[in-house]
Amino acid sequence: MAALTIDLCTIIKLSGTMQIYLPIAEVSVNAFLLLGLGGFVGILSGMFGVGGGFLMTPLLFFIGIPPAVAVATEANQIVASSFSGALAHLRRRTVDLKMGTVLLSGGLIGAAIGLYIFNYLKSVGQVDLLVKLCYVIFLGIIGSLMFIESLNAIRRARSNVNVISRTNRHKGLVHTLPLKMRFKTSGLYISAIPPFAVGIFVGILSAIMGVGGGFIMVPAMIYILGMPTKVVVGTSLFQIIFVTGFATLLHATTNYTVDIALAVLLLIGGVIGAQIGTQIGAKMRAEQLRILLSVLVLLVCLKLAADLLIQPSELFSLGKIGN
Amino acid sequence: MMRILAFIIMLLMFSKNLVANEQIVLGLSQDEVAITANFDGSKILLFGAIQRDAPQPDGKMGVIITIAGPSQPIAVRKKEKRFGIWVNNQTVEVDAAPSFYAVATSAPFTEIVSDVEDLRNKISVERAIRSVGAPMHIQDSQSFTEAVIRIRKDQKLYQSLENEIVVDQSTLFRTSVDMPANLTEGDYFTRIFLTRDGKIVSQFDTIIDVKKVGLERFLFNLSRENPLIYGLLSLAIAIIAGWVASSFFRYIRHT
Repeated sequence: MAALTIDLCTIIKLSGTMQIYLPIAEVSVNAFLLLGLGGFVGILSGMFGVGGGFLMTPLLFFIGIPPAVAVATEANQIVASSFSGALAHLRRRTVDLKMGTVLLSGGLIGAAIGLYIFNYLKSVGQVDLLVKLCYVIFLGIIGSLMFIESLNAIRRARSNVNVISRTNRHKGLVHTLPLKMRFKTSGLYISAIPPFAVGIFVGILSAIMGVGGGFIMVPAMIYILGMPTKVVVGTSLFQIIFVTGFATLLHATTNYTVDIALAVLLLIGGVIGAQIGTQIGAKMRAEQLRILLSVLVLLVCLKLAADLLIQPSELFSLGKIGN
Repeated sequence: MMRILAFIIMLLMFSKNLVANEQIVLGLSQDEVAITANFDGSKILLFGAIQRDAPQPDGKMGVIITIAGPSQPIAVRKKEKRFGIWVNNQTVEVDAAPSFYAVATSAPFTEIVSDVEDLRNKISVERAIRSVGAPMHIQDSQSFTEAVIRIRKDQKLYQSLENEIVVDQSTLFRTSVDMPANLTEGDYFTRIFLTRDGKIVSQFDTIIDVKKVGLERFLFNLSRENPLIYGLLSLAIAIIAGWVASSFFRYIRHT
């Protein structure tokens, strides 16, 4: 990890004057910084098997990309990384296409609702607050849960006790609701309503936060829907392509906030980083990896929370009217 | 009576102008700022001369140059603490504020231009911003306008360049203005004033054209004029990149 950070710093120092003007964000940013960020988050996403949107979007805030542009552009970048990931899962046949379709039909509705909320709050000047609050809450919850869980895992490994934990699946709910469907790949015969609802919820988050939502989708699939772990990641990635793709289109057509130049730079870094990350991930122990990731998530969360809690040095901010 | 008096005053002013007969001739290092992909701000040199038909008149001479970017209405929001966190609360709309404004002078501002001339021609940064009709419930609407100036000065969008114009032998003048990277596109209205004892005796106007060019221009236009096509293009790039990456690394691993 330390080596990674040093690498990132040298990249930033070396980059010197390679500034690039982003046509939509209308700011001038160092191209190597963006490549480095993409690479850094890509390495993490390769190491931990997460999309990385929930880290990239706040990092983009920190380097001065307007939040609306960061959210929309990150949605676009996730299309690329999830497509690349989903292809691998499709080849291995670990995608439940039918479940994915139900999830994504909810997800598309959710993305439309999320974008409506996003645009309304943008018009009253509260969108930054909404996005940052969402991040503080979700990063806080997920970071803490992951931290505690991996600490326990390490302790268990040390004491050499094999705890066989059976997940308590809420089979009651998913079996009593109407509209039952058979999901062959997952080996499930459950109501279509819970996955549809999960889809809507993640779709809303996807549009507001500029994330794929895998970090919520994956636990929801395992614990609420009771899907086998084998097909969870592939199915999640499959539906993320469509939901983030739809969110990208909505942002592009209503807000004009998708920045192709920014997306391409992040993409290049991200794609290469993800491959390096996968190699590193294979050599490190899972619990240590998860602790590192949880600490990182909590750090980003704290930084965002501090921005909201500490009195800012400049109380005023400027915004555009209408358009 | 008043009318006649006004007429005489005007006549006098006019004739004084004729007597002074000083005119500004201006040169620009560039009358166009092209925002390219690696745009990182731009330095514009403004230089010129004062042309006279007669010997130099008396009075303290001053040269003032202003560059104003396109004006836009802006919403100024003030954060307040609510439920323990800092949120945007009050909003004041400033009707027209230039997106960029630089004013350069050859001597301290108040020494070379009178307040009346400043008010009439809106020369100083404070006067260049127009704000009318702040909502009634907001007491200190002044602080909102001040915030616009403060924030934009921090971003180098508003610049007071006092004493930055160099004048040689009361004839030649030159200065340079650094324009930051975060410029708004449009016509940058440039004015050069020549003053004598605080009064403007000559004015010269020109326009600096700031625009995105090449790829930047293409992408920006596409995103505004054909947002659907732009959106689909960004999706296509993402899908192709994802596919290429996946196949490329699969190929590497298999060989």
